[in-house]
Amino acid sequence: MKPERNMSNEELKSVLGDINPSLVFEEDSEWLNMFIEPAGWLPFAIQIRTAVNLSFDYLFCLTCVDWKTHLTIVYHLSSTTWRHNIVIKSKLDRNNPEIESVTGIWKTADFHEREVYELFGVKFLHHPDLRKLILPDEWTGFPLRKDYEDPVNMIKL
Amino acid sequence: MIEELATTDQGDLVINVGPQHPSTHGVLHLVLTLNGETIKKVEPHLGYIHRSIEKMCESLSYRQFIYVTSRMDYLSSHINNHACALCVEKGLQVEIPPRAQVIRVLMDELTRMASHILWWGALGLDLGAITPFFHAFREREAINDIMEETCGTRLTMNYMVPGGVMNDIHPNFQHRVHAFIDLFKSKMDEYDELLTNNVIFRARARGVGILSAEDAISYGCTGAVARGSGVRCDIRKLYPYEIYDKLRFEEILETGCDSYARYMVRMKEMRQSLFIVEQLIDNIPDGEFQAKTKLVLKLPKGEFYSRVETARGELGVYIVSEGGTTPYRFKFRSPGFSNLNALDHMARGQKIGDLIAIMGSLDLVIPDIDR
Repeated sequence: MKPERNMSNEELKSVLGDINPSLVFEEDSEWLNMFIEPAGWLPFAIQIRTAVNLSFDYLFCLTCVDWKTHLTIVYHLSSTTWRHNIVIKSKLDRNNPEIESVTGIWKTADFHEREVYELFGVKFLHHPDLRKLILPDEWTGFPLRKDYEDPVNMIKL
Repeated sequence: MIEELATTDQGDLVINVGPQHPSTHGVLHLVLTLNGETIKKVEPHLGYIHRSIEKMCESLSYRQFIYVTSRMDYLSSHINNHACALCVEKGLQVEIPPRAQVIRVLMDELTRMASHILWWGALGLDLGAITPFFHAFREREAINDIMEETCGTRLTMNYMVPGGVMNDIHPNFQHRVHAFIDLFKSKMDEYDELLTNNVIFRARARGVGILSAEDAISYGCTGAVARGSGVRCDIRKLYPYEIYDKLRFEEILETGCDSYARYMVRMKEMRQSLFIVEQLIDNIPDGEFQAKTKLVLKLPKGEFYSRVETARGELGVYIVSEGGTTPYRFKFRSPGFSNLNALDHMARGQKIGDLIAIMGSLDLVIPDIDR
């Protein structure tokens, strides 16, 4: 029994491409992957959340990957109405990573963005309360970056 | 556990609950802003048991990290292991023998029951009823004994490995599970008599901690928290894995949106889990319990994501592989983390005494949130 899908990956691709023509698609994964420019992210997010045929209302995962040359922020989105899933990625400058916060669209982004902020150092613009969530306030450095070394708490095995 | 007393400009009282408070069931620190007895704001502070499991996993091989994940949501350790094993199997593209699939589902459902039983007892304790806790531990003990015999441990099982399960089930397994089914059937009615139909419990749970369906989706709530608001989110039904699409069971939905609805979802889920176990226990197929895999596992370059339904909701495992023997990036999307996010919204405007009832209905496990 497969979950009912209103749109196939091909259809999603054309609809999303119409909203933002600069999207770069990747199709070797389970779900439709796409790259977006950080500047176009917020208007695009509002569009895909509100468009009735897309209605991506459930942000089930928000994380970041450090590629040593740049950071990639990864949004996993799903629609509770149509049950289609997509993955949106955005490449950020490693020295000054900044992207618009989506807390106003998906409330779950609040905690997830705070976590990415303290562990990767990504600044989420216009986040209502961007503070450290897990680490102590006086912590310096971004533990999940690849070049992070902590001489006291060795966790490298 | 009030460590410091402070007042805001508006004369509101700011107090700390935790990190060492019996009702937070672990080291969760909440900073409450109170106006009299009314909650104006709840601010969770996490990290008291943060072990950086994601960073650790980056230097562990695909066989090793399973052991770390048992320590996340320690009440659903089988299901955590299952999620990781599924994600690695997706990358390796191995077929799991039918026997292993059935054993996995059996273990998952027994775990779900054990977790819900413990939650039920602890919820009673939170609301001032001590008896349910002892009843709950008595039945949970029976499941732990079953686990101990087959997996060797009672809490951190590490039983599910990429390719199947670690070893075959103990010869006593079926006999013991049958005994448990008989025992638990009668006990479920006792649970209802003790707590579900209790007037005081109903008065404290009904209409408390309202979470609308839209908010549940927006906050990324899953598990009983979202299903108590009528949101369909059971991964076993929506994105079935293993043999769940061949089993008969219901996805429990309640529309009360309050603590009582979330309570009822879990109570009914226990019966569904028992029903699944009943269907499978006499139908374990013969054959291998583990597929043949290489000793050193290497995932191809790419990204893999697996979703499973734990006792608390949707657990996601996201592996980014560069083709080596260790993952490049590992992410756990834990259900408790998102569910806790909604606590502030649910508790605002409620009385401080109800905060504990709301937290109890969220079924938080702190190591699952901190990771």
